[in-house]
Amino acid sequence: MYAMSLARISRALSAGEFSSEELVSHLLERIGRLDGELNAFITVTGEAALAAARAADEARGRGDAGPLCGVPIAHKDIFCTAGFRTSCGSRMLDDFVSPYDATVVERLREAGVVMLGKTNMDEFAMGSSNETSYYGPVRNPWDTARVPGGSSGGSAAAVAARLVPGATGTDTGGSIRQPAALAGITGIKPTYGRISRYGMIAFASSLDQAGTLTQTAEDAALMLGAMSGHDPRDSTSVDAPVPDYLESLDAPLEGLRIGLVEEFMDAGLDSANAAAVEEAVKVLEGLGAQLQRISLPSIGLSVPAYYVVAPAECSSNLSRFDGVRFGYRAESPRDLEDLYKRSRGEGFGAEVKRRIMTGTYVLSAGYYDAYYLKAQRVRQLIAADFRRAFEQVDVIVGPTTPTPAFEIGAKVDDPVTMYLNDIYTIGVNLAGLPGLSAPCGFVDGLPVGLQIVGRAFDEGRILNVAHRFQQETDWHARAPGGAFA
Amino acid sequence: MKLTRDEVESIAHLARLGISSAEVPSYVDNLSRIIDFVQQLEQSDTEGVTPMAHPLEMTQPLREDVVTEKDQRALYQENAKAVDAGLYLVPRVIE
Repeated sequence: MYAMSLARISRALSAGEFSSEELVSHLLERIGRLDGELNAFITVTGEAALAAARAADEARGRGDAGPLCGVPIAHKDIFCTAGFRTSCGSRMLDDFVSPYDATVVERLREAGVVMLGKTNMDEFAMGSSNETSYYGPVRNPWDTARVPGGSSGGSAAAVAARLVPGATGTDTGGSIRQPAALAGITGIKPTYGRISRYGMIAFASSLDQAGTLTQTAEDAALMLGAMSGHDPRDSTSVDAPVPDYLESLDAPLEGLRIGLVEEFMDAGLDSANAAAVEEAVKVLEGLGAQLQRISLPSIGLSVPAYYVVAPAECSSNLSRFDGVRFGYRAESPRDLEDLYKRSRGEGFGAEVKRRIMTGTYVLSAGYYDAYYLKAQRVRQLIAADFRRAFEQVDVIVGPTTPTPAFEIGAKVDDPVTMYLNDIYTIGVNLAGLPGLSAPCGFVDGLPVGLQIVGRAFDEGRILNVAHRFQQETDWHARAPGGAFA
Repeated sequence: MKLTRDEVESIAHLARLGISSAEVPSYVDNLSRIIDFVQQLEQSDTEGVTPMAHPLEMTQPLREDVVTEKDQRALYQENAKAVDAGLYLVPRVIE
């Protein structure tokens, strides 16, 4: 039961093969037994999950059940969940109980989804390895000495280890796609504005976007349909109809123009990883897609542009944590300034402080034009590269990451080396486009991902390409062995 | 570019982040590396390029200026460490 995909579970529940309560008890038992090793969950909401599962079973009994009714998922601990702790992986919010639900949480709950718990993550979503979490690193179920990627590392590890069939995530520079690749699952970051950010704790507001981590593209289509759409509570959410992502999954790929990014296949990409991507492209060609080589000339500047824009926005967003209204408060402050400084100094971890300081520096008097404005101009060039490319091709493909999962501790001492792990994913956020990572092979027993990027609001197309790829391959169906089998 | 100890302490002050003097050298080193890294942007010719203000070049929508939030002060203040009579408490500011 635990190994089933979310779509398979949905069909099994409607066929009455088992109840939501049976499934949820089974998964909670599995989480209790295996998560000590993985550390994928910060909070397990077992009792509430069983109650929600029973309610879903009753709704189904009344004939009042949609496709997600009774389906268990986990939420990244960045989404506010009314009545439950939302820590964002930080000591700052260790005892913060959300007063309301994020729109994503509310919509999934209304669709009948059952939340099993809140998943571990890099602190305030700042990291690519899940090592910056106040709650300790998450381990990759394919090799527990390695990272699962980040920042949605808990969601990725939980889905990969088959502790839960699907989970939410957020992606500011690759935080869904990179862990999906390193954990051997499917992760999609939709277009900026597709899903409401209300109740999703802000890191860099012009880049943050919610998405999903699941076994398959079909699962992602199911979840995404329920999560997407306009929300008056987020003024950047786009008021445009949400297409039926399931309906377009099987569309033929004949004549589809796919572009392989030359700059991504260059030095820096592990050669076995490159071979897996090239094999995947051949599979798509076999389905009738036409391959073109394309160039994104400014893409090499996407990581430095991001590490100006994202820290600048983070330094502003995280100024709300002041020790007064919510969150960590330092003991016996001498005065108001001491309260602010010690609450923030003690409540935030080192990477968050680095980024707040980087952002403060690039926005400070005399530096704004040289850094922030310059980065926003480079961002325009990167977006223009993508626009030009999409005049020639329908989707862009390439690797999701330069290498498979690295060892825990390997990159913690040098922030810049860590930042380069997102070299293929960050440009997509800067341009606001939808991107997906699907498993496309193994390097030394570790999964690697194929990234598929689409035009703005073309989620249906990239899900379609990934789904057709998954009909021809079985990389997405492989699961870690050992204790997790 | 190497940031100085004074610069790092001044940035930490601007951000109201308390960092101990023992931690300062590691921030000097890390922030210098990050600033060095982002200075690659200088290589790019951006003459005449408009800075990007929104990923999809959209403008902010307007809504009617009517109250949509209800009063939930008591609920929100459950997360505060020090409140009294509906007010958030901070150390004395005015003697």
